[in-house]
Amino acid sequence: MNLTQHLPALQVIVPLMSAPLAVLLRHGGLAFGLVTAGAWLAFANALALWFQVDASGTISYHLGSWPPPWGIEYRIDRLSSFVLLLVSGMAAIVLLWGRASVAREIPRNVHYLYYAMFGLCLTGLLGITITGDAFNIFVFLEVSSLSTYVLIALGRDRRALAASYRYLIMGSIGATFIVIGIGFLYLTTGTLNLADMAIRLRDVQSSRPVLAALAFLTVGISLKLALFPLHQWLPNAYTYAPSAVTAFLAATATKVAVYVLIRFYFTVFGESLIFDKLPLPKIMLGLSLLAMFAASFIAIFQDNLKRLFAYSSVGQIGYITLGLSFDSVSGLTASIVHLFNHGLAKGAIFLLIGAMVLGLTKGGATPPAPSFDRLNGLAKRMPLTCLGIVVAGLSLIGVPGTVGFISKWYLILAAMEKGQFWLVGAIVLSSLLAVAYVWRFVEVAYFRTPPAQSEAHEPPLSTLIPAWLLVLATLWFGFDTSFTVGTASDAAQQLIRVLP
Amino acid sequence: MMLSQFLNHFGYIVTVFLMVTGLFIVIARGNLIKKLVGLSVFQTSVYLLYIIPGKLLGGTAPILSAQYSVYSNPLPHVLILTAIVVGVATMALGLALAVRIREAYGSIEEDDITDLDNQADEREGNVA
Repeated sequence: MNLTQHLPALQVIVPLMSAPLAVLLRHGGLAFGLVTAGAWLAFANALALWFQVDASGTISYHLGSWPPPWGIEYRIDRLSSFVLLLVSGMAAIVLLWGRASVAREIPRNVHYLYYAMFGLCLTGLLGITITGDAFNIFVFLEVSSLSTYVLIALGRDRRALAASYRYLIMGSIGATFIVIGIGFLYLTTGTLNLADMAIRLRDVQSSRPVLAALAFLTVGISLKLALFPLHQWLPNAYTYAPSAVTAFLAATATKVAVYVLIRFYFTVFGESLIFDKLPLPKIMLGLSLLAMFAASFIAIFQDNLKRLFAYSSVGQIGYITLGLSFDSVSGLTASIVHLFNHGLAKGAIFLLIGAMVLGLTKGGATPPAPSFDRLNGLAKRMPLTCLGIVVAGLSLIGVPGTVGFISKWYLILAAMEKGQFWLVGAIVLSSLLAVAYVWRFVEVAYFRTPPAQSEAHEPPLSTLIPAWLLVLATLWFGFDTSFTVGTASDAAQQLIRVLP
Repeated sequence: MMLSQFLNHFGYIVTVFLMVTGLFIVIARGNLIKKLVGLSVFQTSVYLLYIIPGKLLGGTAPILSAQYSVYSNPLPHVLILTAIVVGVATMALGLALAVRIREAYGSIEEDDITDLDNQADEREGNVA
């Protein structure tokens, strides 16, 4: 049996199998080994798939050898392989990083459950990205969402429970809206296969059920995306979840939701319906600008460092949807590039914050919440950690030499292409807001004196090395953009070319 | 004319009614358990949305036979079985969270929980 033939199926099966095995083993260390091995195998698998797509174009894998549209098809094109790499890579790094953090933040008797849920979440996210069937997207979406609710509820603070419950209610409403949208699409086209749906939709494009489907799908996916004003679940969920969970979610969950939006908009509905016949670009533009300005502004006034960067995430997602609203290859390229770059930068920041709270106390004490009154003069006690946060923060601002600059550059290029120079000003202005909240951290950590009796010390090396790996990646991809921008522009051209 | 139209689309009218009722319960009720009930009603309406169009007029059960030419669509039923399972899992998770919240906060009313959280935030100096 040729293994490379079945790589698409293995991408989902390997992390999926690691989860129930972790539950059966009931041992934290074994569960860690199993799920981490599964994640690294998934990363290797994603790399292999990326090279395969690079060499021979879109892969179409028929599950159970049932030909589409009757069977479920796994379809991997440029965009899918890109997002697969991001998700599996972040899972692999966060799992390795999390050893020390999980030991101190999550009660020992539920470690094996934590790893099982992480494996399921990874499975769900990978499944959403790889499948070419609409209902399959919903199933994997719910797999990842339900395990996310459990992961968030594992946080120490009791507010994690309230945050998880709120996310459950909002997330389930969003997922049900997505099902309603898929239901209308199924009613009008008779198929669930995305590629087949695109062909059949050309005949019924402006009929009311299809427009209703578009509306439901947009709202449902925007809720998962945390597009302002549907972002209410995100700040609490990120703040009170365990550090490893926050880092993984911030880097992957919303990005996969963006992927689903792009997939439905460009592959299924087609560019001509979305952008020419409907006022969707204007709506998206308005909401993106709201997200960029309002969320970044609220971030400046937060007292908890995790909450500050959670609101920053909502703002940065505004940049991604801003690129979508341009309806041009360069705009879509900017979106896809920022998807990857923001995942890297936010992953790095939350990993470093997780390391920082570990270093705030000595011994096996539960790490405290990173509120600003505990961070005075931290740079003298843990210089590497604070430097990492500042460098990754520069990426959020968009300083040249970091990945954030690359994304903003392409956004500005797309805006200038459309002749909308006021938008260039808006992008630059919102970056100044990012300067404000990153500067708050710099001012507290570098320019205040640490309290005399503080026990703060540099966190363990096992947490610093993976986090700094991501920080260096944000610098590397800021200079060598051939991989990110090359893949993104190929993907954008592939998506926009497929219009009816 | 109106009555026959109403009766023809009766299933869809029930679907929309359940959908809106479920959403209203989620938004308007502060009790955590009631919110979950509303979510369940909302998800049930979606099951109807899929299954009603599956029955074709004059269609028989989807078992191949030489005598019949029109079959009802079995695929929506399969999809909805999956959706029901997802709904059950969501409900179970929501109820488990409600139990844990009751243990941690002493209440399952959203207003009480929000008040306690706001007090905790103020003590820590957080801005909402």
